[in-house]
Amino acid sequence: MASEKAKKQVSNLPHMTQASQEEKRRQLAYKELVQKRKPRPRYLRNVLVAFVVGGAIAILGQVVLEFFKSRGLDLNAASAPTLAVMTLVGVVATGLGIYDELGEFAGAGAAVPITGFANTIVAAAMDFKREGWVLGMGAKMFIIAGPVIVYATLAGVAVAAIKFIASP
Amino acid sequence: MPAKKLGRSTVKFASPPIIVGTGTVVGPVEGKGPLASDFDVVLPDHAYGERTPEKSETKILEQAAKIAIERAKIEKSMVDYYMAGDLLNQIISAGYSARQLSIPYFGLYGACSTCAMSLALAGMVIDGGFADYVLVACSSHYQTAERQYRYPIELNIQRKTTSQYTVTGAGAAVLASSGTGPKLTHATVGKVVDLGLKDVHDMGGAMAPAAADTLLTHFADTGRGPKDYDLILTGDLASFGSEMLKELVRDNGVELGANYRDCGLMLFDTKSQHVGAGGSGCACSAVVTFGHVLKEMEKGTYKNVLLVATGALMSPLSCQQGESIPCVAHAVVIEA
Repeated sequence: MASEKAKKQVSNLPHMTQASQEEKRRQLAYKELVQKRKPRPRYLRNVLVAFVVGGAIAILGQVVLEFFKSRGLDLNAASAPTLAVMTLVGVVATGLGIYDELGEFAGAGAAVPITGFANTIVAAAMDFKREGWVLGMGAKMFIIAGPVIVYATLAGVAVAAIKFIASP
Repeated sequence: MPAKKLGRSTVKFASPPIIVGTGTVVGPVEGKGPLASDFDVVLPDHAYGERTPEKSETKILEQAAKIAIERAKIEKSMVDYYMAGDLLNQIISAGYSARQLSIPYFGLYGACSTCAMSLALAGMVIDGGFADYVLVACSSHYQTAERQYRYPIELNIQRKTTSQYTVTGAGAAVLASSGTGPKLTHATVGKVVDLGLKDVHDMGGAMAPAAADTLLTHFADTGRGPKDYDLILTGDLASFGSEMLKELVRDNGVELGANYRDCGLMLFDTKSQHVGAGGSGCACSAVVTFGHVLKEMEKGTYKNVLLVATGALMSPLSCQQGESIPCVAHAVVIEA
């Protein structure tokens, strides 16, 4: 069942024995078959739902921001409490077991906003609490969010460095 | 060649062990599926009154084992060996359940193939004259598997088209050297097959080649074909894996027809229940076989059944290190 493409890819591996070449050929052919047959995600539906749900969360954020602005804070000062409120919304929704359902439904629409970021921390905290406050929750709370924080910080440093060099 | 062996890797039991009692426990989602009425216990929720999902899994495994012993109408002390396995690190559900049962214990790890693996081994032990009663059992739990293999339970994640849902449940059976009930006649032990797939969200596709290998070996060893069975059952290939299996065996001139089904697809209504491509986990084949299929055999729906349970032998660690997924499939024949 090895396809032409798989045969070609393997024929330039002269260091391999006949048997392992045959095995490699089978593997490549199967990988190709799986790629071809694997059901595709419903891209259009997923994109539209992510757009609507992500947009709805953003509108909610805007409402909260306008509220703080209407109480006399300027844009800069109002953004911090807005983020805090939206984080709290994500935390509570996760605790109530709603946010994972929203994630299943909306994909990136639920994952990208700060409510999704809050979800990654609380979901891990809820899970690992059973292994104790210190070695469980304390150690593993950032198991999903950790890389985001690490590489966001790194990206911040890189961007700042570029700005520093480019505009002395 | 050994007297009871056929071909490369099949054994034919001289005095086939008899399945004299079974016990099945399933979770709340399985309890809403099409086979719900076939199970002994349906859990109200995943926690089942326990502080952790791991304890809940141990509890259901123990409960299924106890029901099986009760149904076999024997005493716990008469059981020679307890063979059990699950999906968790160091197979803790099996080990902890054995602590409570206090029966001489063999812990098995075959991932989702554990059900067929334990049946094959129990058959050999009984037919070999080393035991009169062997208790086999395995379990899986949606929440414990999710935690160990994937992400925290409440994390917002969208399932891939090939993602499967780990069955919460436990299945147990008592095999005996004498008695009445369905008989275990053959077992084909699978070898590990790895066609280089690495996608942990596509277990069905990864395991299909192992299932195909064991199925073809079984047919070659026994001289039988798909038409010789009323039902050919795979453990948890789910929708995509089943399609791939059919395609792989077709390449070798074997056609799987209407008598082929997959436990992961039978256990759920995959259209209305949110279980992705279908069920998976040790319990998937165990509860469907011990709960549903054996009951149907009793009614006379099936005379002989070939169960091929597949298991993926990777760990989250090996996957993160970029290794592909080695898979195994074991087959057993059950005759009414």
